[in-house]
Amino acid sequence: MSSEIRPVSRPGIQWVYRMIERLIELTIMLCGWSSILFVFAIFYFVFREAAPMLFGDLNLVEFFTSPNWRPASEIQPQYGVLALLVGSLSVTALAMVLAVPFGLGAAIYVSEFCGGKLKEVLKVVIELLSAIPSVVWGFVGYMVLGPLIMQLSGAPVGVNVLNGGIILALMSVPIIVSVGEDALKAVPDSYREAALSLGASRWEIVCRVLFPAAKNGLLAAVLLGVGRAIGETMAVLMATGHAVQIPHSLFDPIRTLTATIAAELGETVEGDDHYRVLFVIGVVLFAVTFVVNLIADLVVKGIRSEKA
Amino acid sequence: MTVATDSSTRTHYSIQTRDLNLWYGKFQALKNVTVDIRPRLITSLIGPSGCGKTTLLRCFNRINERYGNVTTTGEVTILGRNVYDEDISLSELRKSVGMVFQRPNPLPISIYKNVLFGIRTHTRRGAFPRHQRDEMVESALRDVQLWDEVKDRLRRRATHLTLEQQQKLCIARLLPLKPRVILMDEPCSALDAEGTERVEALIGDLKRQYTIVIVTHNMAQARRVSDECIFMLLGEIIEHDDTVQLFLNPHKEQTEMYIEGRYG
Repeated sequence: MSSEIRPVSRPGIQWVYRMIERLIELTIMLCGWSSILFVFAIFYFVFREAAPMLFGDLNLVEFFTSPNWRPASEIQPQYGVLALLVGSLSVTALAMVLAVPFGLGAAIYVSEFCGGKLKEVLKVVIELLSAIPSVVWGFVGYMVLGPLIMQLSGAPVGVNVLNGGIILALMSVPIIVSVGEDALKAVPDSYREAALSLGASRWEIVCRVLFPAAKNGLLAAVLLGVGRAIGETMAVLMATGHAVQIPHSLFDPIRTLTATIAAELGETVEGDDHYRVLFVIGVVLFAVTFVVNLIADLVVKGIRSEKA
Repeated sequence: MTVATDSSTRTHYSIQTRDLNLWYGKFQALKNVTVDIRPRLITSLIGPSGCGKTTLLRCFNRINERYGNVTTTGEVTILGRNVYDEDISLSELRKSVGMVFQRPNPLPISIYKNVLFGIRTHTRRGAFPRHQRDEMVESALRDVQLWDEVKDRLRRRATHLTLEQQQKLCIARLLPLKPRVILMDEPCSALDAEGTERVEALIGDLKRQYTIVIVTHNMAQARRVSDECIFMLLGEIIEHDDTVQLFLNPHKEQTEMYIEGRYG
């Protein structure tokens, strides 16, 4: 009796159901599109604030090639971001030099060499590491690592490229480990078994099978780490010494693009040149992280299409 | 059993097990397995799912042990050495005892590199000059009748080949290592009927040079390809005989029931 398909008794109810269905669909669609909307809104806002300077008085050649950053000068303000750019790049490069081998090594260890409980513990701890707020990292850099660097190296200041690089490396490692581990885990077990049955050792399997098989995922892990490092603000603000100069050694204090925005925006008058130049820096940062993320994304897509 | 087991003929066997027991954790998967496998023949292992035939096969190159909770007792003598001795080199063992898997598993590198993967793990870099490597690849691929199909795309990724070609490649990559024994775990189960026929023909050719042990679910296949047949049930060897004898004239009741399809 209850199993037969009954005709609709009240067509009105049917209509209400259909409307509810439509409403839910619409809501979900809105959720999906909102993220795109927000990205464009942010970009639009940053760009709008920067535009008068970007297309107006700012000499772009000087902007990118001059190391003189004197935005507050009464006589002749100078807006050269070369030192800041070099500062950002040097501290990011150092962070990657430290974080990539460390992070990939940890990913390989977690995925291939340790098992059971230890693996679970390590994964939880690594996740925990990525949950530490960046201001805490900055604090560690300023109060712990700085004095330690001074003591060990005899450098006059402890907050410098080395300090910022180490802190940024520590912050990027969790991302590299978790994305890298996912990439290694995605390698079919049959590859490991095949190599093992041909007499390969575990280390040979890592080098000759897993690296070629997971290279896109591992590259994406590294790029996401780079993105994290270059966009980081608070920790580098506190750990790098905040001195505008092109560094000549690891022990020179520097200042990054991000830290400059964070430190100076509050002191500017809304709408003046200094204010707008800070937004131009924002556009530069936006462009850099966008490109890095885009490459990472394309690389990850590359894995998927290869598998298909 | 018609196969003689006295010690004077020991050397005539390529694989001998003595009281082999194996546990996965607390579950005993092999019980006192004692068996002698003769060289240059195809021996098939048959039995219902979970009877331990794959486990037994995987004891012969000790690849079982990659899952930590495996305990093994007893002896497996291959080419005169107990492979469970302390001082055995797993890498050397797997060089002489090759394995072909159920699902073709070429490595995600080029066809050329797949064929040479094994030899490169066993020799130092640059041990063979270019022309010698090319020859090895060609002869291995010719032996599995794959050369004509792939000779123009040796640098392409092996994972783009058809399943049949992949499985042939998986056999080909064992050959440069000059193994004595080739273990095959349901090598045709991923292939279609024609692919199965061609790979079976290939296995038949290979037996002139190698000892082949093949696990199969497919009794018809065991009848077609193998010379000797081992029937297993619940981790024990029930019967080991000439294939024709075992199928026409089984001695044990369980064997008879299984080959008649009354269970399994």
